[in-house]
Amino acid sequence: MPNPKRRHSQARTSKRRSHDHLTAVSLSECPNCHERKLPHRACPKCGYYKGREVIAMKEETS
Amino acid sequence: MRHRRAGWKLGRNTEHRRALLRNLVTSLIVEERIETTLTKAKAMRPHVEKMITLGKRGDVAARRLAAAYLMTRDAVDKLFDTISPRYGDRDGGYLRIVHGGFRQGDGGDIAFVELLGSEKTLDEKRQKRAELRTKRAEENRKAMESAEAENKQAAETEAAIEEK
Repeated sequence: MPNPKRRHSQARTSKRRSHDHLTAVSLSECPNCHERKLPHRACPKCGYYKGREVIAMKEETS
Repeated sequence: MRHRRAGWKLGRNTEHRRALLRNLVTSLIVEERIETTLTKAKAMRPHVEKMITLGKRGDVAARRLAAAYLMTRDAVDKLFDTISPRYGDRDGGYLRIVHGGFRQGDGGDIAFVELLGSEKTLDEKRQKRAELRTKRAEENRKAMESAEAENKQAAETEAAIEEK
């Protein structure tokens, strides 16, 4: 059975993993409620996109 | 190469996919706005536009072709009488697809599909629904109050009987 010939150092492991990271999601500001939201999507807080497009929000009914 | 790979299969066989798209198109014509996944929204767009083009033709043959695709007569009538005349000076692009968030449960990418020019009817619909909701809430509150009052009265009479 094939086996590793040499010891694999911590440094090698760390170097390999140096690029293993997640990137932060880029968020834009909702022009209606100034909450941070995903770009090109209706705002989940106020339901607005490009001035209207309300996804009926619970707060509005009360 | 991705030659000849246009369109979406939606994980369904041909009949299932055709039925799904027909249902989506019919629903959109009847409701003017539907909530679905982004992929389904994109897949249904050309079919809706073809139906509206048929509606613009307006002759009997076009009506029969539309009736063969749409699921209900009401949808055909609405398409020919109210929806297609709206787009007289517009060549395609009758839909608006707005990206929503991600669905709780399966993380599906949600989109809202609307017919352009239906904002007014949609707003009216929404207002009506909100009014209905407030009315129902009011009724519920009243029912709760009267039930509570009754309970209280019953408890009082019971207490009075026990005292005797």
